[in-house]
Amino acid sequence: MTNRWMKWIGFAAMALVAFSFLYPFLWMFVATIKPETEITEVGLLASSYNVDNYKVLLDRIPILRAFFNSLIVSVASTVAVLIFCSLAGYALARLRFPGRGFIHNLILFTMVMPFQLTLIPLYVLMVKFGWVDTYAALILPYTMSAFAILLFRQFFLQMPQDLIDAARIDGLGELSILFRIFWPLSRPILITVGIVHFMGIWNEALWPLIVIRDEMLMTMPQMVALFAVAGQAEGQFGVQLSAAALMTLPVVIVFVFLQRYFIESMATSGLKE
Amino acid sequence: MSLFTSVDHGSTVTKHPGLAAKEARAGRILIAPYVIFFLIFSAYPLIFSLVLVFHHWSIVGPLEWAGLDNFAELISDDVFWKSITNTLLFIIIHVPLQVVVALFLAAVLNENIPARGFFRASFFLPVVVSGVAVTVLWKQLFSTDAGLFNQVLAWFNIARVPWLSSPDWAMPSIAVMATWKNVGLYVILFLAGLQNVPRSLYEAAEMDGAGWWDKFRYITVPAINPVVVIVLILSTLGGFSLFIEPYVLTGGGPMNSTLSGVLYIYRQAFGFFRMGYAATVGLALAVVVVGVVLIQRRIVERED
Repeated sequence: MTNRWMKWIGFAAMALVAFSFLYPFLWMFVATIKPETEITEVGLLASSYNVDNYKVLLDRIPILRAFFNSLIVSVASTVAVLIFCSLAGYALARLRFPGRGFIHNLILFTMVMPFQLTLIPLYVLMVKFGWVDTYAALILPYTMSAFAILLFRQFFLQMPQDLIDAARIDGLGELSILFRIFWPLSRPILITVGIVHFMGIWNEALWPLIVIRDEMLMTMPQMVALFAVAGQAEGQFGVQLSAAALMTLPVVIVFVFLQRYFIESMATSGLKE
Repeated sequence: MSLFTSVDHGSTVTKHPGLAAKEARAGRILIAPYVIFFLIFSAYPLIFSLVLVFHHWSIVGPLEWAGLDNFAELISDDVFWKSITNTLLFIIIHVPLQVVVALFLAAVLNENIPARGFFRASFFLPVVVSGVAVTVLWKQLFSTDAGLFNQVLAWFNIARVPWLSSPDWAMPSIAVMATWKNVGLYVILFLAGLQNVPRSLYEAAEMDGAGWWDKFRYITVPAINPVVVIVLILSTLGGFSLFIEPYVLTGGGPMNSTLSGVLYIYRQAFGFFRMGYAATVGLALAVVVVGVVLIQRRIVERED
């Protein structure tokens, strides 16, 4: 009996907390289509609804272009990470070569090195390369990740050696073994690395703020952050919220369909860190 | 922690010297992209940061030798120290709050209650949404005159709280927002830890007359201790990376009360174009980060 009560008390508590997590998002979406004078009201009902805020937003900043930029940068960087980090992970896990242990330690070192240390010198490097205000600055420093290499390495360590030996006898090179034999068996780790890296780049705001000034090259988080702090949206709750809503909507849609993968990926990556 | 263990794994075919050489060559080729990446994007910035801290530089024009000027300035720079104490204040509020709330939610979700999957996904949603979007949303919630929080408080006749406009409230407000944003991730981590505890252990303890607290203290806590360490370290690192929240909400104000270390680096580099000093602040911040994490580890390990 008490157990049953506990169960429903637990359920009620969770429902209350879940409400506090979901309502702000719901409120945000609805607020963007309320008339200007009713936006700040706590409830969802308004005398009428319109899309004026979005019209103003599209008029003020090229936010669709920013969406497109974010997509290019995140996809390019994620594809690069999947390819290059699995190469490195494979080499570290399955190939014996001089300096392997040393490189493994280097990777561990870069993982614990605080980014605050290299932030400014990395910007200087972008200036020297002439990469400021180019996609290169947004993509190239994120074509590899120490963490992804270690995840691939760990996964590849568990593959049976017979697989490799048989493939070599058949005359396959190491690249073929990696991409034609290991990759199809590595779906879980490819998904994990892919989601975690993509989300990281998609949501990154600091680095774009540093290396991009040209509005046409800005990523979405950067553009919305600048829009929210700059005078452009002064006092206009509705327009600022519309920008945030436009940024949130695609993520919510993808999350609803792929939430299991998202949660599992972020959990594995968190626990391994 | 198996990620850090070094295993001597290699081909069994390598006993043949020709094949071993072939394997070594393949290994060097496959690792080459990382080595190039490391040299450009890790090694060079690392070395150059040690050059920068001894120079004044506005990025245009030549580097100007500064000796120890930057360090002397740092030590007497009240704003820098303010940014450190701000970050520590953020961590002192955010980290325990994060651990307690995440542990509570995970403990309840670990029971057989209805709609667990839905709750889990709800708590996780803010984790995947961009920090900028969350911050812009909370900027409206926090608004003193028209924000949702103060309107709800008004229902209970509670006076308006200056969430972001008072130096005393601003940093705690940001710490609470950050907890809301990230707690879902830690719920998942704790849940994974809890699910590793065999049910039979609790049942055996119940038979011996153990109450709810005893079970929590002697079974649950030891089982999830490794997760607590991860949560502590991740949320501490998160605290030292704090940037976009104060950037969007307060610009570091009022009266520098929400100025974070990274925001200060950004301000020195791109507000004042002082690359040498910004790099020095970065170095100091990195030292503090490593120091705090090492101290935390030592404390947690001693308790084991």
